Amino acid sequence: MPYCVGCGQETDACDGTCRRALDPPRFCPTCGRRMTVLVTPTRSEPRCRDHGAYLDPAR
Amino acid sequence: MLTTVLSVMSRSLLTRAGDALLDERRQLTLDELRELASLTDDEVPALAALAHQVRLAWCGPEVEVEGILSAKTGGCPEDCHFCSQSAKFDSPVKATPFLDAQEILAAAEETKALGASEFCIVLAVRGPNALVMEQLERIAPLVQERTGLNVAVSAGILTENQAARLAAVGVHRYNHNLETARSFFPQVVTTHTWDERAATCELVRRHGMELCCGVLLGMGESDEQRIELIGQLREVEPAEVPINFLNPRPGTPFADLALVAPLQAIRWIALFRLGLPSVILRYAGGREVTLRELQSLGMTAGINALIVGNYLTTLGRTPDADLQMLEDLKMPIGVLSKVL
Repeated sequence: MPYCVGCGQETDACDGTCRRALDPPRFCPTCGRRMTVLVTPTRSEPRCRDHGAYLDPAR
Repeated sequence: MLTTVLSVMSRSLLTRAGDALLDERRQLTLDELRELASLTDDEVPALAALAHQVRLAWCGPEVEVEGILSAKTGGCPEDCHFCSQSAKFDSPVKATPFLDAQEILAAAEETKALGASEFCIVLAVRGPNALVMEQLERIAPLVQERTGLNVAVSAGILTENQAARLAAVGVHRYNHNLETARSFFPQVVTTHTWDERAATCELVRRHGMELCCGVLLGMGESDEQRIELIGQLREVEPAEVPINFLNPRPGTPFADLALVAPLQAIRWIALFRLGLPSVILRYAGGREVTLRELQSLGMTAGINALIVGNYLTTLGRTPDADLQMLEDLKMPIGVLSKVL
């Protein structure tokens, strides 16, 4: 993944501490742009305008 | 480590508070609450135990479970310094328009399946415009009819006409938080006033909806301002008070504030229960990161309701974990209304 889903920086530039516990992914791992995130009581669905749905391996 | 035996003075304070709330059935004065707020960390479990007795005596054993949904996320013109949905801050949260009815219904059905009785539709707006009002008037009765859930709405500052319209379509409870004490509010929000919030709270009750009026602890307010807030909550007479703890959000002015310490959080849950004995006191945002392993202790410190599952833009622990906690505590899930 070239971009961090927590902060949108290139993964080499992020030490991985940007994403806090219980934060859903916010940035597309493919292009680094902000994703829309639908958060319901039992689901969270991040989606990039260009790259579609992102399945969070952490959840 | 909690190691110290209660002092004679502390035992006396707790006994007098218990006599007032359990035997005389009177509210504590703010001065009495101030005294209780000064108990040491070692004495917090005793404070929590009293708060639990008060909750049982005034509200019963039931716990109300609610699901919430951010139906319109981000892009808010207000500058609430804790909020990742303000358009004024460079937050990772991307704005999204009002969800369609099917998405809202699906979230309500998820909520129903968890055993909840309440579903709150939340919008990041200063107040509802004409289009939002039309959508709410269509969706709120639809959700109630399809799921049987009580429908709550949180859509910011209301006009008299808007409050009347929401009540007319069966909105059961309207959420409008005071967040913090009047004296501290200008440190938190500059785009509207505490008085504007209080005015909407008054409108909600006047039009027959239950008022859900929450607080957010950990923004830098003093203990005295928390006591002040309890007094101000008494004046707006909420049916429900959600207790949020600041979960500092990246990009907001409060991003670098520290979390409330777990034992402090338990102390203030107990004090809010002792100060507001009849309200539905709900666990809300920030509890997982603040309380960590002490979440079940909060349930025996005065809490009698919780938001289950995820929050608006952050995730919660799994619903199964909360439902297991209630089962282990032998706390039945039920529907609550303010007992006056």
